Amino acid sequence: MPAESAASLTNAPREGTESAMRILVVEDDKDAASWLVKGLKESGHVVDHASDGEQGLDMAGEAVYDVLIVDRMLPKLDGLKLIRSLRDQNNKVPILILSALNDVDERVNGLRSGGDDYLAKPYSFAELLARVEGLGARKLLDPKDAKLRVLDLEIDLMTRTISRGGKAIILQPREFKLLEYLVRNAGHIVTRTMLLENVWDYHFDPQTNVIDVHVSRLRGKLDKGFATPLLQTVRGAGYMIRAR
Amino acid sequence: MRADGNPLKSSTFRLSALYLLFFLLSTIALLGYIYFNTVGLLQRQNEETIGAEVAGLVDQYGTQGLEGLIAAINRRIEAKSPMLFMLADAQGAYLAGNLHTPSINALPDNQWIDFAIRLGDADGTVGHQVRGFNMQLPQDYQLIVGQDVEDLNQFLIVIRKAFYWGLALALAMGLGGGYLISRNFLRRIDAITDSSREIMHGNLSGRMPTSGSGDELDRLAQSLNEMLGQIEKLVQGMREVSSNVAHDLRTPLTRLRARIEAALRQENPNEYKTTMEQTLADSDALLSTFNAVLSITQLESGEQRSNLQVLDAHEILEDVVDLYAPLAEENHGALVLNSTPGLFVRGKREIMAQALTNLVDNAMKYGESKSGGARIEVSGIKQGQDIIITVSDNGPGIPDSDKPRVLQRFVRLDESRSKPGNGLGLSLVASVANLLNGKIILKSNLPGLRAELHLPYAAPDG
Repeated sequence: MPAESAASLTNAPREGTESAMRILVVEDDKDAASWLVKGLKESGHVVDHASDGEQGLDMAGEAVYDVLIVDRMLPKLDGLKLIRSLRDQNNKVPILILSALNDVDERVNGLRSGGDDYLAKPYSFAELLARVEGLGARKLLDPKDAKLRVLDLEIDLMTRTISRGGKAIILQPREFKLLEYLVRNAGHIVTRTMLLENVWDYHFDPQTNVIDVHVSRLRGKLDKGFATPLLQTVRGAGYMIRAR
Repeated sequence: MRADGNPLKSSTFRLSALYLLFFLLSTIALLGYIYFNTVGLLQRQNEETIGAEVAGLVDQYGTQGLEGLIAAINRRIEAKSPMLFMLADAQGAYLAGNLHTPSINALPDNQWIDFAIRLGDADGTVGHQVRGFNMQLPQDYQLIVGQDVEDLNQFLIVIRKAFYWGLALALAMGLGGGYLISRNFLRRIDAITDSSREIMHGNLSGRMPTSGSGDELDRLAQSLNEMLGQIEKLVQGMREVSSNVAHDLRTPLTRLRARIEAALRQENPNEYKTTMEQTLADSDALLSTFNAVLSITQLESGEQRSNLQVLDAHEILEDVVDLYAPLAEENHGALVLNSTPGLFVRGKREIMAQALTNLVDNAMKYGESKSGGARIEVSGIKQGQDIIITVSDNGPGIPDSDKPRVLQRFVRLDESRSKPGNGLGLSLVASVANLLNGKIILKSNLPGLRAELHLPYAAPDG
């Protein structure tokens, strides 16, 4: 991760965290868990903690959570088995898998078991928070909609055209994809790694920060001539499209 | 420690003993066959001669009576016939011939008889064995026609003796030879065992001895030596890597520690925060180094080999160029793609993209020409049965002497380490090339570096 991830964790209420979420952390490492719980609470969320797979399964069945954070390796009940059990019970809670194994195959396994996102250890808290909040947010946009709208921005997915304030914006295919992803997560921070994974489908970190240039080009096309910038940089975390 | 080499317990000796046993058995069978055939042949000849004489004399008796028979016998004796004759009357009294006894009446009639010549029996040599036929003639005359078979018997004895000696000699030579051969063989095995023990005890540059004859033991030793060479190279690599890891991780860790220590002494909260931010950046850099080492280790383990599939490298090139082109322009350089679809290789998008981004990354960092930013060309072509992916720049390039070195882990030519990086970029490319049965070749772009990734062409499925 680039040097900029020198986090702004303690920066008081950020725009992304519009509503508190109820989060269950299933992690057996006490230190990691308490650090995670503390960080999530400080970000304004309600957090429960389970220290093994069985306890995690029980707790997830008893209460309604917005997001589950599940460690891949857990005592008593393995993380992937826990997720499979939940999915078998038709529990659709969004799940973020944490794993020390950063392997493409391992990631695929995790997502196949029913996980929604996968984060390799070690991770920065900013990265984790962005992903958790992205997962837990009630999506503003219906994924089946042919048109995505945020403020004065409109994306027509059928004709693949974009307009802001009635003015057409011409984008390259990749820029279109980038904007679409940002807009779908409008109101929430999107990290560089999330962009690399979702827009470019790369699950490794290039040595140089290549994402910033793409985003700043997109910003140039998107915000030029408009008084209010849509695309914001969240220092130490990533980017965000304003939802309000 | 010396290998316990008792030749008698060696497998070579057991093998040669077993071989010897089979050899002896077949020799015995062969000699026995020859012996009994020879004996049979000689005896048959003997009997045929006697039989012919008997028939001739019986004929004489039939045509010319007793007188004629006696005359015929005497003629034969005078003519130095090698045969022995005796004619006796019904009472067994001698009538004619050079044989006098034995008591002819005791002998079975009309049969083959064997007897030894006793003193006064004959004109022949006393003690010699005779084989003959006792013929009963009309009017009870008895005729014995025989032959001294002493020579034949002696001959057979000599043959038998020769056979026994031959067998004894073969046995002795077989055992002795087996012993010597296995001792010789064992010596070489012992030498190999000793060498391997020595290597086991840490002398990795030790090698198996070869005799230079190019036999199977030499071939074994040679392939073991090749294997040892590989192992030594790998261990050498491991050692270098460990010491590099120790160095490349200790330096930032030391810096990190010093910075935290300094921060703890500080009172000013602002500086405190700056220090913490730098510390976080440092640990991120450390983590990315770790991740790179892990990626390389994973690639080198070859686990992913089973998940490869045929894909078009052109698409990967397009994606990577698409990702990096804006950054290249931002740095006043250019990144152009020169390839067409159809570059099919057996690979995996993720690792190929990672290798390619490393090459492009390097070109961006070190490929800047004096006149400005890096002008990078990424190209892909099919040449024969190879897909060649090239990333070239117009920078200062890499001196030929350093080219093999830069593929090693943690090697950075940029001594000042002014640019960010961990010295693992090209190592990862080399690992990817290796995993995909290809190779990475660093050439000079005159000026600049021309990194060629050669991958075997794979016909697309279906």
